[in-house]
Amino acid sequence: MMLDIENLHARVEDKPILQGIDLQVSPGEVHAIMGPNGSGKSTLSHVLAGRSGYGVTGGTVTYRGQNLLDMAPEERAREGVFLAFQYPVEIPGVSNIYLLKAALNAQRKHRGESEVDAMDFLRLVKEKIRSLDLDEQFLYRGVNEGFSGGEKKRNEILQMAILEPKLCILDETDSGLDIDALKVVADGVNALRTAERSFILVTHYQRLLDYIKPDFVHVLAQGRIVKSGDASLALELEKKGYGWIEQEMAAVA
Amino acid sequence: MSPGPNPDYCEHFNALGEQLPGAGSAWVNHARRMALAQFDQQGFPSPRDEDWRYTNVSAIEKKRFKPLITSGDAAADADWLNRYRLTDAWSLVFVDGRFSARLSDIHDLPEDVTVQAMSAALANPPAAVEAEFGRVVGQTSRHGFVSFNTAFFTDGVLLHVPADTVLSRPVQIIHVASQPEAATNLRNLVILECGAQAALVETHLSMESAGSLAVSITEAVIRERAQLDGYLLHGASQRAFRFGGFYVDVGTAGHFTHTNLSLGGLLVRNEIHVDLAESGQCALDGLFVGQGRRHVDSHTRVRHRGAHGTSRENYRGVLSDRSRGVFQGRIVVEPQAQKTDAQMNNRNLLLSDEAEIDTKPQLEIHADDVKCAHGVAVGQLDPESIFYLESRGVDPVSARNMLTFAFANTLVDGISLAGFRDIAQDALLALFPEAGIRKDWL
Ligand SMILES: Nc1ncnc2c1ncn2[C@@H]1O[C@H](COP(=O)(O)OP(=O)(O)OP(=O)(O)O)[C@@H](O)[C@H]1O
Ligand SMILES: [Mg+2]
Repeated sequence: MMLDIENLHARVEDKPILQGIDLQVSPGEVHAIMGPNGSGKSTLSHVLAGRSGYGVTGGTVTYRGQNLLDMAPEERAREGVFLAFQYPVEIPGVSNIYLLKAALNAQRKHRGESEVDAMDFLRLVKEKIRSLDLDEQFLYRGVNEGFSGGEKKRNEILQMAILEPKLCILDETDSGLDIDALKVVADGVNALRTAERSFILVTHYQRLLDYIKPDFVHVLAQGRIVKSGDASLALELEKKGYGWIEQEMAAVA
Repeated sequence: MSPGPNPDYCEHFNALGEQLPGAGSAWVNHARRMALAQFDQQGFPSPRDEDWRYTNVSAIEKKRFKPLITSGDAAADADWLNRYRLTDAWSLVFVDGRFSARLSDIHDLPEDVTVQAMSAALANPPAAVEAEFGRVVGQTSRHGFVSFNTAFFTDGVLLHVPADTVLSRPVQIIHVASQPEAATNLRNLVILECGAQAALVETHLSMESAGSLAVSITEAVIRERAQLDGYLLHGASQRAFRFGGFYVDVGTAGHFTHTNLSLGGLLVRNEIHVDLAESGQCALDGLFVGQGRRHVDSHTRVRHRGAHGTSRENYRGVLSDRSRGVFQGRIVVEPQAQKTDAQMNNRNLLLSDEAEIDTKPQLEIHADDVKCAHGVAVGQLDPESIFYLESRGVDPVSARNMLTFAFANTLVDGISLAGFRDIAQDALLALFPEAGIRKDWL
């Protein structure tokens, strides 16, 4: 199992946000998570990546046999968990390529490998950045500094492509992308798909799933996964919205 | 001279007398004696003076540093110095306030351009020097450091560029303080005639052991359409005291840029005062880093005295441990300076509970059709940014260090003179060794 989330509860300050999440992700699978604004999708992504400020009040998260919640955020990253941020942070004063190198080398060191050769690295980065339709100049600008919304998202995918994570969590990477950029990002993700690598795609739009075909679609509402299905569920949601699920829930309760 | 509150300085002056540059010139002697009398009365500035409220220099007063006349040239190791030397520049090196021909390089100067040690220039002062000496500083700053410097300066640089001449290489002034308990005084004068252009790099250093006072005053006259780019790197040891004043008079459509990197010393005050005539422009950038018990004060003043002027100011402070930073930025817009466009920004990173910043932007606007803005920020590292780096595998300590370096580096990164940027980046990296920033990755 890549990731096994059982009955996960988390809160911010005194406000319960995740209220019993259950989710199993096997290697190679793509899971889409949809759901209304404020339902807890980003919270789930952050809790998985280890962001502080959330209180986990119940449940377990097992990542490749390890207790994920016990690991520091940087350890999770080095062990192959990657979060593409909904709102990537700007860091003027540190170049994009510097961060890429620091991140890759931190991971290599963790695995007991030597530092990446400078020339090999440059070749790799240039190849990846071209495939994402970003100019090489972006490598030498401050991390996300002054990047447009779409450029920031592509930059997240660039980092992901360099770090080759095992579990990729993409929090609304498609939001704010124009049609062409969406295609580029989807191609970038698809290029990374392997039988071992798993993806959790948080999205509001069926459109992304036309390009990246999910194995499962889940609906997160009020801090719980209230419905799961295959790719056709996304189509249904696109047509009908979330109202009918909430009605179903109300009927059950 | 009758002994005032500073009798030993007066005695000292009398003893040095003939050895000070320009001793053979009546007006230089007169200027020195006037300044000494003034210093004798006022002493070093007191915190009662509004402009010195946040910076108490009584430690300097108490130490009674002796103005030096001897040079420790031999003490300056050329290899060490070379790390701070621009590769392609005319350089003038001063050790303890005295010009060292051995360490300097002013060969192959273009005709009509003067780049000369002040001691040499004052042996036979050109008329332009007599006309300009003391004029620019006199209209803006009259405190004790200025009079002290005027009375005691032992050397400095005269840079005079004729009209429409563009200097192909920067002029670099390197000053090294090598002796403990001494006061050194440099006095520079820059005159750029109409349409001339030059870059002036000042590098102030000290040997590890030198707990001395270095006072340096530069006056710059930028005539019509001329442009001066000034760069300052202060990287003296943690025991050094400094006062640095840079006073500039920008003529019509003239242009002045200045980058002030205040990275060393124990008690440091830098003043940059600029007067802008019509359509004059200036851009003042600065970075001050406080560590240990440093006190570092950046005092800027821009006076718009003609219409259509533009000024930009961007200062950053990084303060850790028990250090203290001061930023005083004053913009004065005179009644006739309509259509002035002035912006001032000061952002500070406070990295410790015991560190302190006093930031005081002041706008003094006497014209009605102007665009003036200022912004000040004091904050800590952004937790979201720390998490972003952690989520990429960077450990939290390195993440904090990287962000601190980044905050400071944005200023250094923006330096247009590549050779200076490189030296400045090394100096900055040396301040954050624990950050483990890899220069070869930058
Ligand atoms: N730091 C915080 N302080 C207070 N409330 C928070 C905090 N972070 C999240 N919340 C609340 O938790 C709830 C879930 O937020 P979350 O960002 O996880 O939603 P989301 O499903 O990602 O929404 P969206 O689709 O708009 O991105 C929201 O009501 C939000 O206001
Ligand atoms: Mg969200």
